Amino acid sequence: MTLAEMQFLTPDLRIAAAEIFILLMACLILMFDLLAKDRKRTATFVSTQLTLVGAAVITFSMSSGEISYTFSNMYVADLMADLLKLLLYLTVMVVLFYSRGYILEREQMAKGEYYALALFATLGMMVMISANHFVTVYIGLELLSLSLYAMVAMNRDSVPATEAAMKYFVLGALASGLLLYGMSMIYGATGTLEITAVAERLFMGQADQTILVFGMVFLVSGVAFKLGVVPFHMWIPDVYHGAPTAVTLFIATAPKLAAFAMVIRLLVNGLIVLSADWQSMLILLSVMSMAIGNIAAIAQTNLKRMLAYSAISHMGFMLLGMVTGVVGGDARFALNAYSSSMFYVITYVLTSAGTFGMILLLARAGFESDEIDDFKGLNKRSPWFAAMMMMMMFSMAGVPFFVGFFAKFSVLQAVVAAGYLWLAIVAIIFSLIGCFYYLRIVKIMYFDQPTNSLPIAAPLDVKVLMSANGLAVALLGIFPQALMSLCAFALLRSL
Amino acid sequence: MEFKTFVFYFLSAILVFAGLRVITARNPVHAALYLVLAFFSASGVWMLLQAEFLAIALVLVYVGAVMVLFLFVVMMLDINLDRLREGFWSYLPLGAIIALLMVTEMALVLGGNYLGLFESSVPQAASDASNVQAVGRLMFTEYVYPFELASVILLVGIIAAVALTQREKRKNKSVDASQQVFVKARDRVRVLQMPAEKRD
Repeated sequence: MTLAEMQFLTPDLRIAAAEIFILLMACLILMFDLLAKDRKRTATFVSTQLTLVGAAVITFSMSSGEISYTFSNMYVADLMADLLKLLLYLTVMVVLFYSRGYILEREQMAKGEYYALALFATLGMMVMISANHFVTVYIGLELLSLSLYAMVAMNRDSVPATEAAMKYFVLGALASGLLLYGMSMIYGATGTLEITAVAERLFMGQADQTILVFGMVFLVSGVAFKLGVVPFHMWIPDVYHGAPTAVTLFIATAPKLAAFAMVIRLLVNGLIVLSADWQSMLILLSVMSMAIGNIAAIAQTNLKRMLAYSAISHMGFMLLGMVTGVVGGDARFALNAYSSSMFYVITYVLTSAGTFGMILLLARAGFESDEIDDFKGLNKRSPWFAAMMMMMMFSMAGVPFFVGFFAKFSVLQAVVAAGYLWLAIVAIIFSLIGCFYYLRIVKIMYFDQPTNSLPIAAPLDVKVLMSANGLAVALLGIFPQALMSLCAFALLRSL
Repeated sequence: MEFKTFVFYFLSAILVFAGLRVITARNPVHAALYLVLAFFSASGVWMLLQAEFLAIALVLVYVGAVMVLFLFVVMMLDINLDRLREGFWSYLPLGAIIALLMVTEMALVLGGNYLGLFESSVPQAASDASNVQAVGRLMFTEYVYPFELASVILLVGIIAAVALTQREKRKNKSVDASQQVFVKARDRVRVLQMPAEKRD
């Protein structure tokens, strides 16, 4: 083929309008922030929030429900991407709201760059969610990770934060290497990097099996690293613990949505033909994560570290939904299984945002409030927020009629429907073990004597948002059906 | 012997020699300079394979930027050469084992007639246009999306570097006259009351 024969269609930029909008606004905000005299950066904060609202409006109005491609099939817009992106904007907005007070009290973080980096990280996640090409998955992931490394390190004079950033950076680079290596192997086997084309070639059986399986193993390892499941989990506790709580909140919420999308794009959209192979790998990862996550969390005295191990076990639980999609070449349960995973990850992000938000609510200048003992007697200091925290903990533990219960229930239902009874039993046993450390927090809040009796100093808007977050956990627990069917519908129209 | 073959062997010989000298040269500056030579010869070999873009990128990026930086760092550092060579003999056995393993691995790959490695030949050039033209064209057409995003990643790198290293503006020592006129005597001299101590 000569150069003249190469066909090139001008990409339809409207499909990617939200990404372009975020990028433009991030650059503008960065520029105008230079002129800002205000130490609190109120203008920067407000315009960042408005940017996210604007992106949500664009995504919502552009959403057609059809699968459409642009940028030479590197970018895909479908209902799943739209739904995840809307949730992503919402999560980042909530996260920035919670973080506001915390970063204002820490001089080195109270800079305009923090908001710009948050927007760039959001852009990276959007790229991952809408990727239909291995290169775009990778580029989006790097954009996200690089912004996060910088955000973790932003509190420069804190030794634990710097150490966490270093660990995150080194291990993240290693994970990216694994992922890239896997991608290159799959490219070698199929001759293409476009995810839908990879699926087609595999379907026609035109690929070298050895190289393919080799590549798949690396791909799954890279994804597992990013999800933080055992045995690729070692960075999670250190980073969650060392990072400033505002950044921990960011890392613990929004990227989980993007990681879910990455699993769907790479494994389900791309390598569904190999599902038998990657599913057995995921079963192993999932069972190990639930075991190590739940058991190691019991021994923690630091709340952020405990929640890090809890995140590992939750991601393991979420993977259970992914492993039951195709059973013996039969994909009848796929939709049910993947949508239960999606529901799980969305509700986890909601609950996790509330929990870390609560740590931020109690933190003050010079006081992190991230030890479990700092929650002693919270009920005496503020019965309302103790009740909110109790709902979050109940939801994470999977106590009935909170949203976490329905998330676990729907995943288990999918697992049992696919015939993996033993897997469901293992998951239930580890969830029961996990109940211990969540309920311990509740016990400490209600039955122990408070160590300090200061009232909660957070501003009113954060308190209102926290209450809304807690009530959402409770309400979604009573009416989970709407969100569940939304997930199922989005996946039905996208896969 | 064809002229092209001669050039290939000539470049390869220099490449191997330079590579050897990188690890055997005693002076780190010499080692770095030999590495430049090695890069240069390698880019010549790539040029023979008609991979002009790779060749130019190697010279521009590695020789032009990375190695110059490297040389600067090596020259700035005060490296004690004797300290570096300490413990050579105690590390030798382990080093020898690793070297032996690597040689075995290479022998397995290079003696690959049995493995069928030589069945694959160098692919024909995919287009009649030059490499640089093809890469450039693809970059700005089909791959424009990741290409633009890669530039965003570089931008994030710059922002991160500035945000993480920039300290507050250095305190200026000049005197602000408008503030200076408000100064009072007690701002300049502080009289302390201290208990008198006996001299011994």
